[in-house]
Amino acid sequence: MNNRVVITGLGIVSSNGINLTQFKEAIKNGVSGIRYDQQLEALKFSCQISGKPDLTDEIIQAAFTELELKSLESTAIVYGVIAALEAWKDAGLSIENNEDPDWESGTIFGTGTSGIDKIRSSIYKVDDLQVRRLGSTAVAQTMASGVSAFIGGKLGLGNQITTNSSACTTGTESVLMAYERIKSGQATRMLAGSSTDSGPYIWGGFDAMRVCTNKHNHEPEKGSRPMSASASGFVPSSGAGALVLESLESALKRGAKIYAEVLGGNVNSGGQRGLGTMTAPNPVAVQRCITDAIKNAGITSKDIDVINGHLTATSKDSLEIENWSKALNRSGKDFPYINSLKGMIGHPLSAAGSMECVASVLQLADDFIFPNINCEDLHPEIKNIIDPDCIPTKLINKELTILAKANFGFGDVNACVIFKKFKKQ
Amino acid sequence: MPIINDLKEIITPYVDDKTALENITEDTDFLTDLKINSANLVDIVLDIEEKFGITIDDASMNKMLTVKATIAVIEEKQAENAG
Repeated sequence: MNNRVVITGLGIVSSNGINLTQFKEAIKNGVSGIRYDQQLEALKFSCQISGKPDLTDEIIQAAFTELELKSLESTAIVYGVIAALEAWKDAGLSIENNEDPDWESGTIFGTGTSGIDKIRSSIYKVDDLQVRRLGSTAVAQTMASGVSAFIGGKLGLGNQITTNSSACTTGTESVLMAYERIKSGQATRMLAGSSTDSGPYIWGGFDAMRVCTNKHNHEPEKGSRPMSASASGFVPSSGAGALVLESLESALKRGAKIYAEVLGGNVNSGGQRGLGTMTAPNPVAVQRCITDAIKNAGITSKDIDVINGHLTATSKDSLEIENWSKALNRSGKDFPYINSLKGMIGHPLSAAGSMECVASVLQLADDFIFPNINCEDLHPEIKNIIDPDCIPTKLINKELTILAKANFGFGDVNACVIFKKFKKQ
Repeated sequence: MPIINDLKEIITPYVDDKTALENITEDTDFLTDLKINSANLVDIVLDIEEKFGITIDDASMNKMLTVKATIAVIEEKQAENAG
């Protein structure tokens, strides 16, 4: 039994748009969500800019009960739940309050950590001999699966409820895991997505590794520069993306709007062998992930109209372009269009994959390619591989059919998914 | 203000059934009458400690399943403090 799988709902919480409408408008117009971050300066970070979703109390209160909010200190859960609820609603699904859960629907919602602020306050209490004052909420907020547990309860889901975690590939991996579950007939509908905690305790480790830029503290919106010659590191950020995946049969039966079809994909690892390490990707594995994804989707590399890359604005961007070019066997003017969302929203770590999948699916559904910002000074190594016209700096309205989306993460892990515009036969 | 009024205020966020909360009496049981999630009883005890400036030991905490028993524990701890 092999079900076709389509996307019927999207949700997003981003620094440049806290709902789908705002986000779509922002990415079409190249709007940056990166701001000066006073807290990072106060804590003596070298990078003092970040991209944080600007959520209002009203929005948060609409997603959580008074009791849940009483001690909620996990931004990963806040962003994840809000994005998930938006995607569910966007898919035209309702929240039922029946005795039985919805056995046919589940969620695979990833995160890197959960509730780092809750962990911090809990550790202070424990060390202060106040362990009993942790109350009942420390576990649910700090367990890695906190975000999927909250989502499962709010939506009354009765199928698989889990959290995947694979660094920067987390969100794309969640889409592929959800896809497999529906394809194999184990679920009718899966809410895929990922989120990341916000703030200095998450971003500090990256600042210490000197992988975040410190050259743009005075001009935040210029800070995140994927593919640029003057790229000097990524801008830390946060948020969540959510996608409702569903069997084509179910989507057609209930007359749902269909954004795109998930044709297939691949996840793999370079095993930290060859050129691969904990922090650097093994190029052989990256290329293999892309070619295997293409094979799995039943297309050829020539079919790809547009790529949404990982492209973080570190020195690795040129290598990523080289990997795409080799994997697709396409270069110069023959290379597909490629863009990076990170120019606008920075690098939301474990949320990157899902937020970028949302942006990718929006492009396919609405026939546009959002502009790359901050790469007016394209890196010469990139120009040597592909034609600059493949990297649009202005919005392009164009009919698109197939988009390839990949992310690469610490641990030498890779994920690539192939989306296709859905057309009713 | 009688302790029961303070108690009602403390448990309000933990109770979905607001009608049951309105009809609260000394005999009300937190779990069966108010349908409070048993995991939240530890949070209610912490809120009570804070409100009344008392410390509640585990043995006393285990008794605090009804309004009447809870008020008794609060009064006992207040008396200990006064002493």
